[in-house]
Amino acid sequence: MHWWLPAQGSTFAGFIDTLFTVILIITGIAFFVVELGLLWFTFRYRARPGRRAHYTHGNLKAEVIWTAIPAITVVALGIVSNHYWKIIKGRNSVPADAYQIGVHAKQFEWQITYPGPDGVLGTADDFTLRNDLHVPAGRPVVVHLSSEDAIHSFFVPVFRLRQDVVPGMAINAWFQATTPGEYELACSQLCGLGHYRMRAHLTVMTWDDFQAWMKTAAQGATS
Amino acid sequence: MSAHHDDRSFIRKYIFSTDHKIIGIQFLFVSLFFLLVGGLLAMQIRWQLGFPGRPMPGGGILPATMAPGGVILPEYYIQLVTMHGTFMVFFAIMPLLVGVFANYLIPLKIGAHDMAFPTLNMASFWTALLAGLIMLAGFFVPDGAPRAGWTSYAPLSARPDLSGASYGQMLWCISLVCLGLSSILGSVNYITTVINLRAPGMTWFRLPLSVWALFITAILGLLALPVLSGAAIMLLFDQTIGTHFFDPAAGGQALLWQHLFWFFGHPEVYILILPAMGMVSDIVANGSRKPIFGYHSMVFAITGIAFLGWIVWGHHMFVSGMNPTLGSTFMVTTMIIAVPSAIKVFNWMGTMWRGNLRFHVPMLNAIGFVAMFTIGGLSGVFMAATPVDIHIHDTYFIVAHIHYVLFGGSLFALFGAITFWYPKMFGRLMNEFWGKVHFWLTMIFFNLTFFPMHILGMGGEMRRLYDPTQYDFLKPYQPLNTFISYSAFLLFASQVVFFVNFLWSLKHGKAAGNNPWEDNGLEWSLPSPPAHGNWETVPTVYRGPYEYSSPLVKEDYLPQYRKLDTDREPAMTPVSGH
Amino acid sequence: MTDATANAMQPPARAERGLDVYNNKLGMWVFLGSEVMFFTALIGAYIILRFGAPGEWAKPNVVLAVPLTGVNTFILICSSVSMVKAFAAIADGNRKMLSRWLLATIVLGATFVSVQGVEYWKLVHEGFTPAGYTDGSHVAELVAQGKLAAATGGLYGSTFFTMTGFHGFHVTCGVICLIYVWIKSLRGGYTQQDYRGVEVIGLYWHFVDLVWIILFTIVYLI
Repeated sequence: MHWWLPAQGSTFAGFIDTLFTVILIITGIAFFVVELGLLWFTFRYRARPGRRAHYTHGNLKAEVIWTAIPAITVVALGIVSNHYWKIIKGRNSVPADAYQIGVHAKQFEWQITYPGPDGVLGTADDFTLRNDLHVPAGRPVVVHLSSEDAIHSFFVPVFRLRQDVVPGMAINAWFQATTPGEYELACSQLCGLGHYRMRAHLTVMTWDDFQAWMKTAAQGATS
Repeated sequence: MSAHHDDRSFIRKYIFSTDHKIIGIQFLFVSLFFLLVGGLLAMQIRWQLGFPGRPMPGGGILPATMAPGGVILPEYYIQLVTMHGTFMVFFAIMPLLVGVFANYLIPLKIGAHDMAFPTLNMASFWTALLAGLIMLAGFFVPDGAPRAGWTSYAPLSARPDLSGASYGQMLWCISLVCLGLSSILGSVNYITTVINLRAPGMTWFRLPLSVWALFITAILGLLALPVLSGAAIMLLFDQTIGTHFFDPAAGGQALLWQHLFWFFGHPEVYILILPAMGMVSDIVANGSRKPIFGYHSMVFAITGIAFLGWIVWGHHMFVSGMNPTLGSTFMVTTMIIAVPSAIKVFNWMGTMWRGNLRFHVPMLNAIGFVAMFTIGGLSGVFMAATPVDIHIHDTYFIVAHIHYVLFGGSLFALFGAITFWYPKMFGRLMNEFWGKVHFWLTMIFFNLTFFPMHILGMGGEMRRLYDPTQYDFLKPYQPLNTFISYSAFLLFASQVVFFVNFLWSLKHGKAAGNNPWEDNGLEWSLPSPPAHGNWETVPTVYRGPYEYSSPLVKEDYLPQYRKLDTDREPAMTPVSGH
Repeated sequence: MTDATANAMQPPARAERGLDVYNNKLGMWVFLGSEVMFFTALIGAYIILRFGAPGEWAKPNVVLAVPLTGVNTFILICSSVSMVKAFAAIADGNRKMLSRWLLATIVLGATFVSVQGVEYWKLVHEGFTPAGYTDGSHVAELVAQGKLAAATGGLYGSTFFTMTGFHGFHVTCGVICLIYVWIKSLRGGYTQQDYRGVEVIGLYWHFVDLVWIILFTIVYLI
């Protein structure tokens, strides 16, 4: 039973998890202030014979304070969030040298197109695998997402990456994997009856292993 | 029309009634029925998630195409998920908050004989009932109920070849157009009534916050539901007459549906919470025996939430493929909208501070609302932070958030509000002891059911998943899924206490006088239940709605309608006899 | 109560004055707010689809009968004028002219709907439908000749028929309500002291006219 966020498998995971933790601390403080406050008030101010409530319509100073503090907090969170948002999803966020992989989603499988040994997508030595995504670690990778039919969503929990795949749109999503290992790619947008099993195997490999795999995989695949 | 001798027939009095109180009660019975339907659908969802692939007790009554031998199939599971959301949002929570309480409370709390357009009001109820029946029919048509989720994203929802649902998907659209009409007619009534039919002395800033909230909600509904209707019509046309609004192959745009739906959908969720907040204010002030802390701020917070609610819709679409710059702008507005809600929570606490707290069942539920809504609202901050949302979007973190605000928030508020106004509606009080039992059981099992969902979402468990064990990374969470299911079953069972209390008290509850809660509102000056036309003569209002523990009187409450020697008549002179 | 009928055109008595407008009129204004949002959804979708379209959008006069619709627009505008005349007549106490101008409005409104109906029939006959264009039809020929972009051909029909169709539906509902008001006016149902129904249907009618002017501009002219 895992109680926290998944293992960190990409360069995004570090700052996303930190941001998550910071928000948890901030909201946690607010949570305790409110809940303990409520609990305290229910004991301290419960009705007893001979007591009368304190007749007041409010306090402007208090209101200003408890408006300003949340406002400043959310603005700060917004600024920090936007900084990282632009890195992950911004218009010019995809690194120029990112390794290109084509991902075509359809009910209910992922068709992954690799550039082949020449390393260039769109040439004769490209090949396609079903539900089998291999990516190199330690360098940027960009997936070109397309859909055959419904809206799907490319979701890799360990990368902290999610991007809806929309028919009629060509969408790019980039990441840099960090840790070699076996993971999973999940579809994260209801796409029909088989949505629950639209799963691909994800293997993160060192660059050398990746190159070696590429040579052998090209032989055993559909083009 | 005034409260004279009532010689209407039984049918005119209770079936085709134009009396806002009867219409409110009609909405109450019908919506509680749909709440039960939504709950039963949830139980089946939890069965599948807790015990995937195992035959469900009682599942034998389901057709073999949906659950052979009681084992839920993916086709049935996805209908359950779709219809649970649809019924709960449109046919349970929304009509319980608006159909019931806008109808029941507004004329009484502003001092009017009835709504501005009583016949239109009656039409609004029957249209809503028709919409509910059309939606229910979806289960019984070929291919069954819709299968695209309550959000019905295109192109899945537009194409039976993709979703497997055909007529059901069309009925979903038709039902919502019908419901939209009902909502719009209702809003026309509520808005006109609050603007034009307030009794002398009931100025804008003497309105109870429940009325403010219902008024602002009516404006939201007036302007948001037509957008849903437009979108549903376009979807229906794509499904039936071959238009291409959401068909990328012919130049349409899948994202267009999402923009239209969420442009409606976000104001809709504020429709689902604002009336609850308004009624909680009335109840917390009553239970604390203290004026609401910061009444004017509370009004501005309601209007602020309503206004900002129009410009945050893109936060449902951060990873949708829309322009990432829009993601930035929607993030800003979404962060800001947290502020007025925070103000309200602090003001409720400020109301309780140094109060003389009475823990009657409505007050318990109102405090429960504040406690649970806080959690739901705080979880929203995680989603507003766009990089975090990338990870938790479309996971159980979102499901946790939704249920903390809709159940922990709106539904607890409804339990409180129904209990609070029940004596006025039916002349009897609900049982206090069982009301408390229901509250505590619900509070415990609600948290046991929904809090762990945050953990599931953090781990990446996606929504609308028939069988999470298909994924290795989700297999470890199965014990937690099962735990949640057990908690959910107990949560549902606890609601039996409320339903039995509600029904039993109709005949056997303790007789209620005019004002069992020693409340300040205008409605408590009337008999329980009030006569047709409410007042012989419309009352006069001398003060604000929350003058509890006022130094002017010995009692710890001072109703809006009570005239003290020091009070002057309002500028408008009452006309006698009407 | 005599007070009520004497003051029917005023806000209700015994109330805090919200807006200086009687209930029925306020209700109609509020209702029109919802109608604005409904057409905003349809027109907004049209704008998004048109300016996000993959290919070129059809020029209006390739498929649609712009001059005829221009005349039809003029007819609808005239019906708004006659509606104003009807309102002015009863405000002056002239019940006879009220009925006559209401009838004129009905006739003009019904003419508008009929001409629209005829245009629809013609379009479908030529192969232009909500689903796009049918094979072998006149419109398909235009596509083959390059006068109508294939990429947006289907979408053009979707938006055209939906927007104008719902407008036509609203006009039809308006005509039906006008007939009710006209019959009531013949029976003396409106007086100089109380002509609320005339004002309220007039508001609706002018709104429907305004929507058409917008639609005509963005569908037929631009």
